[in-house]
Amino acid sequence: MNVAVAKASFPVQNVTPRPQVRIVIVGHVDHGKSTLVGRLLHETGSLPDGKLEMLQAVSARRGMPFEWSFLLDALQTERDQGITIDTTQIRFRTPSRDVILIDAPGHAEFLRNMITGAAQADGAVLIIDALEGVRDQTRRHGYLLHLLGVKQVAVVVNKMDRVDYSAARFNAISDEISAHLTGLGVTPTAIIPISARDGDGVAALTANIRWYSGPTVVEAIDQLTPARALDELALRFPVQLITKFDDRRIVAGRVESGHIGTGDEIVIMPAGKVAKVKSVESWPVTPVFGRHGAGRSIGITLDRELFLERGDIIGHINAAPRDTRRLRARIFWLHDTPLTAGASILVRLGTMETRANVVAIDKAVDPGELESVATASIGRNHVGEIDISLAKPVAADAYTDNPRTGRLVIEVNGRIAGGGLVLSVDAGQRAVPVDIVPVDSALRPDERSARYGHGGAVVWFTGLPGSGKSTLARALERKLFTRGGSPILLDGDTLRAGLNGDLGFSPEARAENIRRLAEIATHLARNGHIAIVAAVSPSRDDRANARRIAEDLFREIYVSTPAEICESRDPKGHYAKARAGNLPSFTGIANDYQPPNDAELVIDTSTRSVTEAADDIERLLASSGLLFNEPGDLAANI
Amino acid sequence: MYAFREQYAKEWDLDLKVDYCPPIEEIDPTLPPAARSAARKTEGLKLALAKYGFDGLIAGIRRDEEATRAKERVFSPRGLEGGWDVRDQPPEFWDHFNASVPQGAHLRVHPILHWTEEDIWAYTARENIPIIPLYLSNNGKRYRSLGDQDITNPVVSDASNIAEILAELKATKIPERAGRALDHETEDAFERLRVAGYL
Repeated sequence: MNVAVAKASFPVQNVTPRPQVRIVIVGHVDHGKSTLVGRLLHETGSLPDGKLEMLQAVSARRGMPFEWSFLLDALQTERDQGITIDTTQIRFRTPSRDVILIDAPGHAEFLRNMITGAAQADGAVLIIDALEGVRDQTRRHGYLLHLLGVKQVAVVVNKMDRVDYSAARFNAISDEISAHLTGLGVTPTAIIPISARDGDGVAALTANIRWYSGPTVVEAIDQLTPARALDELALRFPVQLITKFDDRRIVAGRVESGHIGTGDEIVIMPAGKVAKVKSVESWPVTPVFGRHGAGRSIGITLDRELFLERGDIIGHINAAPRDTRRLRARIFWLHDTPLTAGASILVRLGTMETRANVVAIDKAVDPGELESVATASIGRNHVGEIDISLAKPVAADAYTDNPRTGRLVIEVNGRIAGGGLVLSVDAGQRAVPVDIVPVDSALRPDERSARYGHGGAVVWFTGLPGSGKSTLARALERKLFTRGGSPILLDGDTLRAGLNGDLGFSPEARAENIRRLAEIATHLARNGHIAIVAAVSPSRDDRANARRIAEDLFREIYVSTPAEICESRDPKGHYAKARAGNLPSFTGIANDYQPPNDAELVIDTSTRSVTEAADDIERLLASSGLLFNEPGDLAANI
Repeated sequence: MYAFREQYAKEWDLDLKVDYCPPIEEIDPTLPPAARSAARKTEGLKLALAKYGFDGLIAGIRRDEEATRAKERVFSPRGLEGGWDVRDQPPEFWDHFNASVPQGAHLRVHPILHWTEEDIWAYTARENIPIIPLYLSNNGKRYRSLGDQDITNPVVSDASNIAEILAELKATKIPERAGRALDHETEDAFERLRVAGYL
């Protein structure tokens, strides 16, 4: 290849980059993917120096004829067994494109690896063995490409040498695969007869296939477009992180579509709060100006104090994502255990994560089969359509409206188990953006702290039933009151009798219970009181959410009394009832309490008396700057 | 390399932890010589992991460096002995990662896995990141890749600044790690190292 070497003073930043496309090669095992890749690199002169010799040496050493597949199948087991296990990538150049070629395993066993590779692709090359024809993995991969949002597919009918370059055979396969793909809403950009091993059709049309007049594989790849018109879609800016940087509160994330800039009027979904972008922050030069489009990671500040958190999505007013607690999705499933109706899963939509329930399975098929036989659960490597109910409202789009925010990932037991496209977001009313302008209190924080002798805080006691949370909470209440402070006790059970009387004990209801406790406590704390929360609060995620709500006012106290002692105390008789099987949602018997890793204080009431523990807590509050005057020294404030 | 490390550890006030790799006699003798020498680093890393109790390691490896690195995940769980199980990698797609630390073992994180050699240099130039002078031409040679001194060779080059390096990379067909002896010993040496926990 002749490439002009640039001069030393060439200003790199001004080079117009060649379009870059990512293409995945898929198809049934042994239909010749790896050989095609090797051939492509060779034909375009893209093989790194020494690779050809290396492949010859490796093939010779293994006593085999020259094997292109060793180029990408780099693992010993892959070479020993002649199959691709995992996805990998390699780059080459066509006349006008920089191509990243992703090789994906064809074996059903490694579908999760194929998905990992194909999910990054702008386009695909689907390869079919001319002798074997369309097989189950061919169909399955076609289906999955659709589910992964890969719209441009070039079909390659390989090993034409083994069917004597028969045009009739080629046409038969061509018709079959066209029908299958069109049925999925995908129109192949080309269907090409080739022999990857001998080179026909890869970079040049040879005499063997003279009856074919379409593009070669290299030409077909050269015509694929990078599928990103994301800048032209509506703004979607999912929040990743809120940080405090000196006195600025910065909302950070990556723009997924559209573009954003200073002065934009935005709405934060799912809550529907409205604000204006005050500045766009960067480092080391800040602030920055202009529009920031899809793919840019930025931090913004808002013109007003609002609560927002990771998982929210920022959009422009009138073009915002919907808020919903119910959606339908078309998914592929990778987990060993089939997905059934009623299953409890974790759903991730962008930066948002929430528990969810599979309300119904509308469709479940093995995409490899010709006839789709519906089943009641979605098995491993199968696809289906599901109806899910989410534990909390999320902001989402249908996939057809926005490819980035319209897809979700499902986790089971901490491991990614499936994913797919959002078909529809529930028909609930579109949230009307509520222009919320928080009203500040008439009193200043220092006025309150002068009267109470302390600043506001949320003191959160967590621990097993019977560990002593309520006892300590009440002791702290008395202690703070005695020194002239304003403690307010929020006991979990007490609130479940009133405000939270509408909640049960499912994971979603528990999360909501904790959220409400945290919101009330935080409101009290922001108004100068010390809100003392005593709640089992077994879930680490729920407590983390409480900490997020209360921010720097949060002090977590883990009452770590051992379980046997808690049970022996059994102050409310609940352990006995639970042991007898009469209290199904009781935390403590079933080992479902998740102890905190970073509590501000840990107290074991079996080894520390109430008085000593209360002193410990007072010391904690003092050392973290919350207690001001000497106890009883009220006269100093008059 | 040591001078560079010392300078910036001090200037940026880094909590630099230095531990020593075991001698070559303690390393698997069935490995070819350069790989065996490099494997000392894996053993040193394992000892450090055990000593400090780290749950995760962030490393700068990239797919385009080497064929088995191309098979990696961004968040890659390691086994109890620090090993890499290529046959059971978690699926990773749409910017969603399996970030849970495996029980009793550690997690490798590769944030620039998808960057290319050119990306690295373009970014370095844009952000004014300090570089080790060995990457620039000296007497008609420079290092494209840096490893242990005794098993790393320079390439012929006149590139004396990053713009020249970038121009050179656009034109070359020589792979980045051509000067790394351990990549060229036996067919399976690098994979054996990585399965055992090499970066």
